[in-house]
Amino acid sequence: MSGTLTIDDQTIPFSDGQTIIEAARTAGVYIPHLCHRPGYTPHGSCKLCTVKVNGRTCSACTFPAAEGQKVVNNSEELQEARLRITQMLFVEGNHFCPTCEKSGNCELQAVGYHLNMLDNHFPHFYAHRKVDASHPDILIDHNRCIFCNLCVRASRESDGKDVFGIAGRGIHKRLIVNSPTGQLKDSNISVEDCAVQVCPTGAILVKRTGYKTPIGGRIYDQHPISTIACKKRETDAT
Amino acid sequence: MKTFLETVLAEADYQPVRLLKILRAVQAHYRHIPETAIDILTDKLNIPRTQIIAVVEFYSFLHSTPQGRYDILFSDSITDRMQNKESLLSYAAETLKVKVGEVRKDELVSLNNTSCTGMCDQGPAGLINGYPLPRLDRPKIDTIAALIEQETPLIDWPAELFQVEETLYKPGLLLTQPFSNGDAIKATFNRGLTETLAEVDLSNLRGRGGAGFKTALKWRTCAVQAATPRYVICNADEGEPGTFKDRMLLNLYADQVFEGMTLCAAIIGSTQGLVYLRAEYLFLYEKLQKILQNRRDQGLLGSNILGQAGFDFDIEIRMGAGAYICGEASAQIESLEGKPGIPRTKPPNSVICGYLRKPTVVDNVETFFATTHIAIKGGQWFADVGTPQSTGSKLLSISGDCARPGIYEYPFGTRISEILSDCGAEEVMGVQIGGPSGTFISNRELERTLAFEDLSSAGSFMVFNKTRNIFDIVQNFTEFFAHESCGFCAPCRVGTSLLKNQLNKIIDGHGSAVDMEKLSEICLIVKNFSHCGLGETAANPILTTLASYPELYVEQLKRSGFSPGFNLDATLAIARHLTQRDDSGAHLSQQVEN
Ligand code: SF4
Ligand code: SF4
Ligand code: FES
Repeated sequence: MSGTLTIDDQTIPFSDGQTIIEAARTAGVYIPHLCHRPGYTPHGSCKLCTVKVNGRTCSACTFPAAEGQKVVNNSEELQEARLRITQMLFVEGNHFCPTCEKSGNCELQAVGYHLNMLDNHFPHFYAHRKVDASHPDILIDHNRCIFCNLCVRASRESDGKDVFGIAGRGIHKRLIVNSPTGQLKDSNISVEDCAVQVCPTGAILVKRTGYKTPIGGRIYDQHPISTIACKKRETDAT
Repeated sequence: MKTFLETVLAEADYQPVRLLKILRAVQAHYRHIPETAIDILTDKLNIPRTQIIAVVEFYSFLHSTPQGRYDILFSDSITDRMQNKESLLSYAAETLKVKVGEVRKDELVSLNNTSCTGMCDQGPAGLINGYPLPRLDRPKIDTIAALIEQETPLIDWPAELFQVEETLYKPGLLLTQPFSNGDAIKATFNRGLTETLAEVDLSNLRGRGGAGFKTALKWRTCAVQAATPRYVICNADEGEPGTFKDRMLLNLYADQVFEGMTLCAAIIGSTQGLVYLRAEYLFLYEKLQKILQNRRDQGLLGSNILGQAGFDFDIEIRMGAGAYICGEASAQIESLEGKPGIPRTKPPNSVICGYLRKPTVVDNVETFFATTHIAIKGGQWFADVGTPQSTGSKLLSISGDCARPGIYEYPFGTRISEILSDCGAEEVMGVQIGGPSGTFISNRELERTLAFEDLSSAGSFMVFNKTRNIFDIVQNFTEFFAHESCGFCAPCRVGTSLLKNQLNKIIDGHGSAVDMEKLSEICLIVKNFSHCGLGETAANPILTTLASYPELYVEQLKRSGFSPGFNLDATLAIARHLTQRDDSGAHLSQQVEN
């Protein structure tokens, strides 16, 4: 099945099996998202991609595109809610953009810019989270994890490894590593793995690459995420 | 440990889908899930250790550190709190010399809270090593403490400590039907499978688990799927606080529930049924196993059931491990597959792609019970009762401030006021219908009716009299959702915890007008943007009480917090919109501080 649907009055084509977000991306229409990455199994957890399809609230990254759908994406109501959800992600963890190596390359931050986020709005949880610097080449700063599950999927689907998992319940969610000690150094991850590259935030970083590109010259310093996200990126699955 | 695990694994047939069963056995034996057990299970089951850790951390009754040899949990439902649970818990802590949430140094005893255990009609209730302790009081706690200090094995404790009562105050349409084993299966085959499905259709039976999906449509959709095998799942994960009618059905009417599953299997073409039994109902496990065995002996389960060549069907009971979210059908399926109970993305629906990605019917205990009698008596008999949109009768679990808490069965369309007078409720302030995820109605709304089109309930009916503080109720429910959120999606994971904190701020008297605005705002995000029904309903306790008692919320605010720029009435617009009210009680005049 293929055909057309409309997003905010713009008619776009879709092909068989595409989700709304993928149809939109192919047509150059940006729907904000954090847990979605082309090529990986849709997850539908961040809810940033929430759109209205024929009046019903749906996650664009999981909902199949279908003929004649009327999709509302860029409404004031949805942008406002997306802003609040993004702020929820900020207060849940500990994000200090000015001191974060990912600043400028971070999708969470870039989505914040896109939504005109000026403050965190909600009270902080000040969660106690750790840093795993055990691995010679890779660093995990759990303070910045938003549980998007991309590293879990990338490791399983692209690297064929299963290095990561997400455990815990409710606000006590945590990223865990598949190794006897729970430390990254004892897992079979390697720095070339897709799982290392895919993190939308500064939770997984490659050591000794910091500040190679100076702040100011980075991806989202140069271009808003709404123009980048529709193009093919290095971290997309193939 | 190796030999112990080998036995456990053998009993589970080395199947990773039975991971919960395996971990429950390990927990019971070692009082936690030791690292070495995780190593061995990873190896033997060939699953990533992250999956095992995720499961251990997801379920309340599995632990990564040792609990006491006597592990005591107090049910923390609002009705338990209303029956003095808090003071009893402190008394238990004092008597047993252990802090709440901790394990005593000698590891003899641990004490903690747990979500509603399904004993609200006989609270305050507890669990010890998974077995219920209903109607707790101080003398009982003294007895229990003595037994623990003497290290008496649980099996030698006085049976009355564990005695669960089933009080049927008002049996109705279904509970009074005569029944002999096999009646419904025989009726189904005599009439024909298609014809019986037509009767279920005619009855207009809707799922009793809450969502109210038409049963016949679900069964028919499943039956026409090409994929096989197909599965029948009985959802006995009755976790909504205040409900215990499935406990009663499984305790007293299990044959009729199993028979409903069996005729469903015949209709949809299934050979395997699963009962997902909530961990709190462990006391029913052995009894249900015996009933299943008895049914096999009677030729009502197994091969060629009742002589019908080629009709093979059997039922396996799988226990949960303490997670409210597993009452949601797709989360339950995940749990049955040995994973954390995280609701799946829809489409596809479980009917098409359910257990092991195969077509699956998941129905509530009460739904199967009803289909048994519909198969015997026909659809019209059922449709004649109730209202056109809500046919038949509904079982209610009534608890809280009333003289006769217990089980009642009413035709749909019954007025709330009639139910209240039957159960002996006086001086009513309000009623929580359908549990925390349902609706709170004030005493101004008691002429409303029990029906899908008005007040729908999966079975919980909690009564509050005028001595109760509305904020105690809302706080308990809001904490419940924050505790039970699976944490998969951002709005619910973060939002339910934000709601809890924000509400507490207001209740504690530290909230200003702008905090009310934020409270409503979070409610809206959680309700409208969450992935599943838990998140969609988690703000209901606040939203429905805010609609009924806006003035009480306003009284909680810090006086100095009123700023001229803030319009109180406008803030309630969201709540008015969501509850579809616009009467005078839902409006506020701007109060000006002098
Ligand atoms: S580490 Fe990064 S990729 Fe992995 S779940 Fe956390 S935020 Fe997502
Ligand atoms: S709404 Fe809550 S319970 Fe449902 S998936 Fe999201 S986090 Fe889990
Ligand atoms: S991108 Fe769709 S829910 Fe995260």
